[in-house]
Amino acid sequence: MRVVSARDPLGVRLRNLLGRRELLSSLIVSDIRIKYKGSALGLVWSMLSPALTLATYYMVFSVFLKNGIPNFVVYLFSGLVVWNMFQSAVNAATGVIVDRAGLVKKVSFPREILALSNVGASMIYFGIQLGVLVAFLAVIRHAPAWNFLWILPISFLALYLLTASIAIVMSAITVYLRDVRHLMEVVLQLWFWVSPVVYSYENSIAAALHRHGLANLYFLNPMTLIILTFQRIFYVSTTVRSTTSGLPLHILPTWPMSTYFYLNAGLLGGTAILFLIALSVFGRLEGNFESEL
Amino acid sequence: MVNVVEVEHVSKQFKIHHERHQSLKERLLHPRSGSIEVFEALKDVSFAVSAGETVGILGRNGSGKSTLLKTICGVLQPTSGEIRLRGSLAALLELGAGFQHELSGRDNVYLYGSMLGFSRKMVDAIFDDVVAFSELEHFIDTQVKFYSSGMYVRLAFAVAVNVNPDVLVVDEVLAVGDERFQAKCIDRIRVFQDEGRAILLVTHQADQVRAICDRAIVLQSGRMVADGPVADSLRVFRDYLLGEAVAPDAPEAPVALHIDAVTTPSGAFETRHGASLHLDVDVSAERAGAGYLVLEIFTRGGLLVSRTDSQASPVSLSPGSNRIGVELSDIPLLDGVYEMNVGIVDRPGGTVLAWREKAVTMQVVYEGRASGVIELAPLIRQ
Repeated sequence: MRVVSARDPLGVRLRNLLGRRELLSSLIVSDIRIKYKGSALGLVWSMLSPALTLATYYMVFSVFLKNGIPNFVVYLFSGLVVWNMFQSAVNAATGVIVDRAGLVKKVSFPREILALSNVGASMIYFGIQLGVLVAFLAVIRHAPAWNFLWILPISFLALYLLTASIAIVMSAITVYLRDVRHLMEVVLQLWFWVSPVVYSYENSIAAALHRHGLANLYFLNPMTLIILTFQRIFYVSTTVRSTTSGLPLHILPTWPMSTYFYLNAGLLGGTAILFLIALSVFGRLEGNFESEL
Repeated sequence: MVNVVEVEHVSKQFKIHHERHQSLKERLLHPRSGSIEVFEALKDVSFAVSAGETVGILGRNGSGKSTLLKTICGVLQPTSGEIRLRGSLAALLELGAGFQHELSGRDNVYLYGSMLGFSRKMVDAIFDDVVAFSELEHFIDTQVKFYSSGMYVRLAFAVAVNVNPDVLVVDEVLAVGDERFQAKCIDRIRVFQDEGRAILLVTHQADQVRAICDRAIVLQSGRMVADGPVADSLRVFRDYLLGEAVAPDAPEAPVALHIDAVTTPSGAFETRHGASLHLDVDVSAERAGAGYLVLEIFTRGGLLVSRTDSQASPVSLSPGSNRIGVELSDIPLLDGVYEMNVGIVDRPGGTVLAWREKAVTMQVVYEGRASGVIELAPLIRQ
């Protein structure tokens, strides 16, 4: 028996959501199909934009600015994979309920699924990019940190929950404040630069932040830990010899494996709570969708 | 009987913003500007639908019919109250609302099916039936954006009825599609009824309610004003239509009329096929005026046999009681019991001034071999 009432408790929302996994997967598949319908290259396009970003940052930071980090492409790639997933999902999901107003007003289903389908599509692109990264590592014979590899799923799950939470909340807020869509693009740009994707935290700003006691603030950005974990796993070395000066460079935190694990496990717990909060916030906001869309 | 839908004290309020500040800048600049009016679309509506029942929901535009259906389907959440549903529910609020134009008909069947809450496996099992019902065999792999509106509707309806839900909710969608497809949909709905599934139907067409429904609910500005047998609810619905139509232009309005009785000289409404029947319609009028008499004849099953208005001969009414004589000659009806509604309209196809639902129950005796409703009397040549 199903009950439709003024506001469903969180447990019911979660159960409804889980019960509609099939709808989620059909929406993800149709999202991707529609995006590349009629294009000859199809999914290859989903690789082209990240490839160009990668090439640009590599040229700027490694060739022109000569940051001296050896194998900089691998460092960049492992961080960008994480960032691309987050950014593309949040960007797409922010406007999704407004864009699919016709559907939202006529068909009954848990509306969070729309945002989650954007996250799911980004996850597919993430999977493809990760595949390319692994193939690339195999070609240049760069071994990942095998002993750290088991932390990857934990970190990825935290990434998923973080992305989904923000996507769900933003999709609902945009219904009431349409500006949020444009605001989010700006926020995401800023967010990108406070995350250690194209620069190394340890090498460039750690000392300055420590001097001002702001190091902890930097780590409040949950993306930082996820990106660092991916870099630790795929780039491996924490300290390298600069290709320009020959001096040692601190690239990544020298934490032991246990620290990476505890931090990621903590983040996973935090994002799980965040996800539940996002669902209940969405539940509060969705009651008035009808009169706002 | 098990109740498959229980609506309990459901109210729904909408906030209407009179000055919309949707941009962030405007919200910041005018934090409290713009009045918000609360509009009550549904006020404390309660009813239940049991398995196998077909319930019609009648109401004028803006009476809350669609809001009620949407809350039942879970598209809207009630502001207060609760709706309990047992079993699966398929809703046709707007045909093809879930369709993605860029995808083929085939992909849309699966997507729409999953939106209605059915698994891929279940859709696989009914896919051929869906295609056959929609008659789109040649176009199923064409992108939906190339479909005509009729094809669109056919596909959506085909999905919704073939997933075999326990409750089917239909919102005025039967009005689209050509007549043949409409008849097919009605047939399908009858199969549904025979299988003991519940149907909730919103429609403007009183004939359709009479033909399909077991029960009807009338909504009037968000309140449920009638819930009962179709004939009773239709009478209430017509009363409200009348009340609303006459009230605004009262001085100019045609006289307030009432059909007091419909009688026949012999006392019994019995006639033979081919014979004639005389009816006396007693109408009381407050003031003098004119109108046109309307007769509707139905079979017991609710099928409209004929609806006529006496276009050529308006009736003039004087204050007090009037008697209008109606002569039905050479009745072509076959054996059976027929029901007749009698009404008066201000002009052919115009506003109803007075109405009497089931004014007459008429029996026709026929001794020939033909069966059905009317005699065709074909001449056979060889």
